[in-house]
Amino acid sequence: MDPRTTFPTATDLAAALGETGYLSDEALSTVTWLALRLGRPLLMEGEPGTGKTALAEALAETMDLPLIRLQCYEGIDASQALYDWDFPRQILHVRALEAAAGTPDDVRELEADLFDERFLLARPVLRALREAPAVLLVDEVDRADDEFEAFLLEVLSTWQVTIPELGTVAASTPPVVVLTSNRTRELHDALKRRCLYHWLEHPGLDRELAIVRSRAPEVSEALAEQVVRAVHRIRDDRELLKPPGVAETLDWARALHELGTRTLDTATAAATLGVAVKYREDAERVKKALDAMLTT
Amino acid sequence: MSLVQHRLDAAEHVRPAEEILLGFCRTLRAAGVAVTADRERTYLECVAQVGLDDPGGVYHAGRATLCGSPADLERHDLVFAEWFAGTRAGTKQREPLPKAVNRAGLDVEEPDTGRGGADEDVLRARASPTEVLRRKDVASMSHAERDRLTALYGALRPRAPRRRAHRWATAPRGGVDARRTLRATLRRMGEPGEVQWRRRTTRPRRLVLLIDVSGSMSAYADALVRLAHTYCTSGVPTEVFTLGTRLTHITRPLHLRDPDRALVAAGEAIPDWSGGTRLAEGLKVFLDRWGRRGMARGAVVVIFSDGWERDHPEALGEQVRRLSQVAHRVVWANPHRGRAGYEPVQGGIVAVLPYVDDFVAGHSMAAFAELTEVVARA
Repeated sequence: MDPRTTFPTATDLAAALGETGYLSDEALSTVTWLALRLGRPLLMEGEPGTGKTALAEALAETMDLPLIRLQCYEGIDASQALYDWDFPRQILHVRALEAAAGTPDDVRELEADLFDERFLLARPVLRALREAPAVLLVDEVDRADDEFEAFLLEVLSTWQVTIPELGTVAASTPPVVVLTSNRTRELHDALKRRCLYHWLEHPGLDRELAIVRSRAPEVSEALAEQVVRAVHRIRDDRELLKPPGVAETLDWARALHELGTRTLDTATAAATLGVAVKYREDAERVKKALDAMLTT
Repeated sequence: MSLVQHRLDAAEHVRPAEEILLGFCRTLRAAGVAVTADRERTYLECVAQVGLDDPGGVYHAGRATLCGSPADLERHDLVFAEWFAGTRAGTKQREPLPKAVNRAGLDVEEPDTGRGGADEDVLRARASPTEVLRRKDVASMSHAERDRLTALYGALRPRAPRRRAHRWATAPRGGVDARRTLRATLRRMGEPGEVQWRRRTTRPRRLVLLIDVSGSMSAYADALVRLAHTYCTSGVPTEVFTLGTRLTHITRPLHLRDPDRALVAAGEAIPDWSGGTRLAEGLKVFLDRWGRRGMARGAVVVIFSDGWERDHPEALGEQVRRLSQVAHRVVWANPHRGRAGYEPVQGGIVAVLPYVDDFVAGHSMAAFAELTEVVARA
């Protein structure tokens, strides 16, 4: 199934994503649809907790493709992303041959045997090329460094990789690539130009309520609305170090449901605030203003 | 053919879609968004997919292909609303800038009497109120323009100057990391493998901003304190002081995230807005109380002042000499330097110039952007 032609219009894509529980607005569904049609990677930037990773998961689910995840970290290099040879296993193979049958006759045959498929550790990018079509999620690309970005750019443009011992691996259908970034660092312009850019904001009141109803259907309507309103009031305070995201809203709603609360009052909110607000300074600030936030 | 005939022809000429879209891209580039040729190609492909008759689709396609950051998205929205001469449902209604922007000193092009001249005028006239605002002298702005300018502070990218630290970190190149190489070899049961490398990390240098808020600088004081606030909230280790008749430490109030509240808090802390100027004394107090004890050591110090010194200029020169011995780099930002034909003849400036490493302008948004570059490279 070619990802490019699966959805005739952006609204079809939005509807399909909605069925998996991921509610997207017009902007996001248009950009994602364009990325699928043109075969370009999608670069999502935004505050943490706004659903960047969740989009890739939802895409994989609706198109019934495997989701391959590459988590970037500081110091990641090409071998961690592409492939590596299982050196200890190769050594053991040689020792086992020595122990079993003495030294083998044809050295070249032994060497070819060493670089066999079973000793290859296929890392995410290679797996995405082999299991094409697939959805490749490159998470937190801003944590990697410039050299890794250059490597990514090369792979994203050509969609093939040459392993010297085994040959060239090319993808039959280029995978759907989603890159996410938390904007801790400005990405290189060459990578940004290759991708379609989208900035993810915290959702509005109605949409967030719809998301809570969709993802946490066991929570009652009244409680969900109270939680969403409270979170929006907390987000309005721009002095917070980390405003709560959609993930925190869902966690809070579920936690309150587990506790059996019907309505959100100041005492319960103060007790469960740690679910929504994760920094001590933020929690203290919010606790002082909690009364005002819940009553209006 | 007469000019009238040309304009009539131009009026009934239906422009092809690519010209409209590429004209939009050009205007966006003039507004300060880095739109390259491959981005334009991608934009045209996207619009071809979406269809030109879908304004929402064209809007989203532009945001996806031509922009690379939230600041670019803002500029795209502004230019889109003006270029496609209608507002898309959901975009904010913004007030157009007042017509009196000629004072910015941009050459207003004479309307071309050649072919297609009428339409090219329209293109140039629309090229960009935002860019004009960036280059305009802050002192000569109206209130509406100042409010617009406040929004542009978000587009500044303050970066800290860096220095080499003592710690080592893993790196793809650099010095040999014996310990990691050995441990990797042990993992392979003694078989040799790749050498592991390391290099020294960097850490940010402190930035000290000394802002003159006396009478002669009163037009710029507001903008400069906002610039200091942008630095304070960006994660660069900054200390901010104001100089006037007294020296006031305003770093604490400026750490509030909301710019307006921070400005109000800072304003309350400063007792001598638009007062007299005693620069040399202020600098002496700074150096004796904070600077020599460590705040200015190895730091990059930026002084925003026009150098009008009530007392002898030699005293000012002496203090800046002491500062240059302690600090890593001294940058002097003089708003008057932005004016064409400026020559540093005024006594205070002449006295300090030998000890100052960089002498820059500090009068407009574009000058601030240049200052952030000078500081980052210090």
